[in-house]
Amino acid sequence: MSTATPSAPIVRAIDVCKRFGNFEALKAVSLDVNAGEVVCIIGPSGSGKSTLLRCINQLERMDGGAIWINSELIGYRREGSRLHHLKDREIARQRRSVGMVFQRFNLFPHLTALGNIVEGPVQVLKEPPKQAEERGRALLAQVGLADKERSYPSELSGGQQQRVAIARGLAMRPQLMLFDEPTSALDPELVGDVLSVMKQLAVTGMTMIVVTHELGFARDVADRIVFMDQGEIIETGPARELLSAPGKKRTQDFIAAVRA
Amino acid sequence: MRAPTLSQAMPQASPATEPALDADAYRIAHYTIVPQRHYGRIVAAVLILGALAAIIRAFAVGDIEWRYVGLFLTAPAILAGLVNTIALAVCAMALGIVLGVLFAVMRLSKNPVLSTVAKLYVWLFRAAPALLQLLIWFNLALIFPRIAFPGLFDVRTVDVMTPFVAGLLGLGIQQGAYTSEVVRAGLQSVDQGQYEAAQAIGMTRLRMLRRIVMPQAMRVIVPPVGNEFIGMIKLTSLASVIQYSEMLHAAQTIYYANSRVLELLFVASIWYLIVVSVLSFGQGFVERHFARGVAADRR
Ligand SMILES: Nc1ncnc2c1ncn2[C@@H]1O[C@H](COP(=O)(O)OP(=O)(O)OP(=O)(O)O)[C@@H](O)[C@H]1O
Ligand SMILES: [Mg+2]
Repeated sequence: MSTATPSAPIVRAIDVCKRFGNFEALKAVSLDVNAGEVVCIIGPSGSGKSTLLRCINQLERMDGGAIWINSELIGYRREGSRLHHLKDREIARQRRSVGMVFQRFNLFPHLTALGNIVEGPVQVLKEPPKQAEERGRALLAQVGLADKERSYPSELSGGQQQRVAIARGLAMRPQLMLFDEPTSALDPELVGDVLSVMKQLAVTGMTMIVVTHELGFARDVADRIVFMDQGEIIETGPARELLSAPGKKRTQDFIAAVRA
Repeated sequence: MRAPTLSQAMPQASPATEPALDADAYRIAHYTIVPQRHYGRIVAAVLILGALAAIIRAFAVGDIEWRYVGLFLTAPAILAGLVNTIALAVCAMALGIVLGVLFAVMRLSKNPVLSTVAKLYVWLFRAAPALLQLLIWFNLALIFPRIAFPGLFDVRTVDVMTPFVAGLLGLGIQQGAYTSEVVRAGLQSVDQGQYEAAQAIGMTRLRMLRRIVMPQAMRVIVPPVGNEFIGMIKLTSLASVIQYSEMLHAAQTIYYANSRVLELLFVASIWYLIVVSVLSFGQGFVERHFARGVAADRR
């Protein structure tokens, strides 16, 4: 394994296993994501896509394998040949460098759009509120919602809420953004706004892992597509190649089914 | 699926078979409309007003010196009692809320020791009547003459366990048991996605509770706690039994001397009524504060 060199991957997952009871949601999944890369994960429902993202962000604890983010082992402290579970505070610190956007937005309903965005910088990163608000406004403008800073989530459409959620993630200045089906809870006419914000983000060089059913977005934006089924990575490859000429039968069937 | 066969079997009069009304029958726009008369309501109102008048008359002509009610309403002893009542209620409620939040968080903790302790606390202090708990705290000196922590302090229990302290502990600790159940329901009402979003921006558990979860749980917590605060105002009157000079105790002390029993009880009632009214009014404000951002949901 390479050590921390400039070319070390942002995410390195090796043999990640996750069980729920007797059910194996992830069976030894390994994946590298390099700086600036956009990776889309596709696959049928229940294939473990969300679980993989949640392991990367430590919302689930792995049962086996390990994940490094920016060459830092996550969830454990290494002492000789022992791995100790990290404390809550340490895990919270590790999560700061990873932004996450959820399918159901999960904006904080008691805070305004701007309040949602500055919450992390002010409370967690201890930025001065003035400075955080200034940057928060710039982020709102970046996602096309400059006029909504005082709106509460309940006063925003689904697409607007999701764009605020993206801005909230970006406010933490993450090195990596995770998106779990960011558009699948949206009405069709709102999907485009969210995808175009994500496209812009990809252009700026953000490292992104996106679970999505939007094959068009994956083809246009992703550097690489990962196809998962039944807790395993079946196939991975450059976006256009994998979509136009999938190597494995299961990938072919899935793509045909989504296209249909 | 059954309906068509039924109607086939028993053809009913359909509109088409009725003879058409002549054109005049549809011209009713200029008729006077006579609202339904609610004779029952009128009868009930008359009866209730009659009963009220009878009660008021009974009190007016009864052997009550209303003069005394007016006189003692602002008597220094009564006002001091009022202040003591409010002081004990506020302190006991504050203690109850602190304990309630603490034990609710413990109850939901993954640590089995903590959650069991929290369960036991609620079980124990909800079971015993408030009056009994007051008496136990007040008489603690009988079994523990001194309270000491080696090297730190050592005091006589009777010096520490004043009526106020006994009342505060008795009512506050019991209130904590009730409040912890309310807080637990509030915490559980917050969507799991909120916990995950808070963690995802790098919040520690404590900060997440304080900044994200609690403010949302407050919507569920405030109405019942407001109710319990009002209950607490009245519960403090129990502390008159352990010689705490709250309002009822003050009223009793006066009527033991001058025998104006009902007059002084009315004085106390009037003050309770005023305090509870003010609290109910304040409760509305607090509820609106925590409904921020949610009111728009109720379209
Ligand atoms: N907390 C849990 N407890 C039990 N089983 C779970 C839990 N979370 C996920 N699973 C199971 O793990 C499997 C993988 O779930 P996951 O959410 O990762 O799938 P997914 O690929 O994201 O699917 P979808 O496209 O429907 O979101 C599913 O079979 C699911 O039922
Ligand atoms: Mg999923």
